[in-house]
Amino acid sequence: MLTNHAKIMKFFKASEEVVGRKKLQKMIYILKKCGVPFEEKYEFHFYGPYSEELTLRVEELCNLGFISEVKEKEKNYYQYRYQVTEQGEEFLQHSIVELPVIDERIKVMKERSSRFLELVSTMLYFDHLSKQEVEEKVQIVKKKQNYTEQDMKEAWAFIEECKQKQ
Amino acid sequence: MHYKDEQLNEEKVFKDPVHRYVHVKDQVIWDLIGAPEFQRLRRIKQLGTSYVTFHGAEHSRFNHSLGVYEIVRRIIANFEGRPDWNQEERLLCLCAALLHDLGHGPFSHSFEKVFKLDHEDFTREIVLGDTHINQILARVSADFPQKVADVINKTYQDKLVVSLISSQIDADRMDYLQRDAYFTGVSYGHFDMERILRVMRPTEDQVVVKESGMHAVEDYIMSRYQMYWQVYFHPVTRSAEVILSKILHRAKYLFDNNYQFALQPTHFLSFFEGEVSLSDYLRLDEPVVLYYFQMWADEEDPILSDLCERFSNRHLFKYIEFNPNLQMKEWMELYRLFSDAGIDPEYYLVIDSSSDLPYDFYRPGEEGERLPIHLLMPGGDLRELSRQSDIVEAISGKKRTDHKLYFPLDFVEALPDDSDLKKKMLTILFD
Repeated sequence: MLTNHAKIMKFFKASEEVVGRKKLQKMIYILKKCGVPFEEKYEFHFYGPYSEELTLRVEELCNLGFISEVKEKEKNYYQYRYQVTEQGEEFLQHSIVELPVIDERIKVMKERSSRFLELVSTMLYFDHLSKQEVEEKVQIVKKKQNYTEQDMKEAWAFIEECKQKQ
Repeated sequence: MHYKDEQLNEEKVFKDPVHRYVHVKDQVIWDLIGAPEFQRLRRIKQLGTSYVTFHGAEHSRFNHSLGVYEIVRRIIANFEGRPDWNQEERLLCLCAALLHDLGHGPFSHSFEKVFKLDHEDFTREIVLGDTHINQILARVSADFPQKVADVINKTYQDKLVVSLISSQIDADRMDYLQRDAYFTGVSYGHFDMERILRVMRPTEDQVVVKESGMHAVEDYIMSRYQMYWQVYFHPVTRSAEVILSKILHRAKYLFDNNYQFALQPTHFLSFFEGEVSLSDYLRLDEPVVLYYFQMWADEEDPILSDLCERFSNRHLFKYIEFNPNLQMKEWMELYRLFSDAGIDPEYYLVIDSSSDLPYDFYRPGEEGERLPIHLLMPGGDLRELSRQSDIVEAISGKKRTDHKLYFPLDFVEALPDDSDLKKKMLTILFD
């Protein structure tokens, strides 16, 4: 029952908590590009790969009471914090859905900023191109983010790390 | 004269029920419309299975594509001479608008889910591959097909150009809302597009709307919301969609298990094998799919045959509201009862959720996950729509979601009246 919902729930469970909608979007995308079988469809948007399907699914999980969403006020913006609820834990106990082990990848992604994950996910979006073409494309579509060569270098290393981790 | 500047001797017009006329003067646009890959869109319905609910909803992606082109043409006419607008991008915008849905296949949504395809990949392949469309675009310039593909893929360098075709207030949505309302016959979906077009202004990164046009934009946002719940996510349409998906799953399952089809599924083979070439993809349009469904209704496999009969004759599944949290145990019990009764629950007991048909509600983009609609204030600064409009703020807050359970009630009712299984099923479903 609700296989795709259960996969997202497993992600939240492994994450303990996720802070930020943009970060959530990019984390699932990066995992998907690392071969984790999430089915949410992504398209390229102003801030990089984005899945409306994922947004809706998370809203459903909130409305069902399987995850909690807390809106927090930061200095000059709001952010959202997500955690699995007790009812969500019960739902997961009944689910037979299996996901590969993703704990380590989640850990390293949580340590990074959403700006950095936006860069990584954008690079992965163009992974059918050569390394040089990817970097050129990032500079075109993310001109205003002013990513440096060092940012790119770190992002390549991060992608390698994520792909190798189990 | 260079091909990109060639104009027809006389303007051509297509009579259109939504925009009255679609005007074509560019030779390139005229040639693209005549290309076989574009003509194929006549054989793909814009609203998939909605015609089972709204009998008028037989319009095609061809109609819609012309409509999007026409809206972009009008927007560009208003933008000419304004700061931030580069008139050199005119033909690129028109081509991208016309071709943005080129890769849609038959009953796109179900096909993409079941066979793990993405119509955007096929749009790119048609634009960049060995096709008539590519030959026409390449006559404009060698890099023109790639530019068109980038705009459609939303990765083109000029984000203003992208936002005309794809943003939270774009030509695509403005056309399909009005067109779908017209052909379904519903009274939702109408808004004052002429007013919106008049108050749209180009900026460096996106199209914005003058604050004086806010109420027209509110109407547009409301019509999106209402059309979703009243038309796109109509439970009867979803029932047909559930059956369609199950037919595709069953046919693939049978193929994988060496079932001998009475009618060889020639057009489906590469879909079943997971290696769909562009030519295979283009050959499979909706009339072909419906032909197979009609023929498969006579197959020996009882599940495939039954599902195809249901789809072809609008013999749909019934549904009840379902809460996966509160009714988890009932669902598990129903699953067991259906199995015991010989009604395979993998095909005949289906939960359908609102996220199974993603439709983009307005998102204020609080955390930068999506670019919102910006109003251009009298002083020149930009303000996000929901911060100015109470109506938009109200419907972009907590979202309504929905889950339904679909099943063939006739199968349950056909069980013997004294059957314990039947009594238990009906109790869970309807008490």
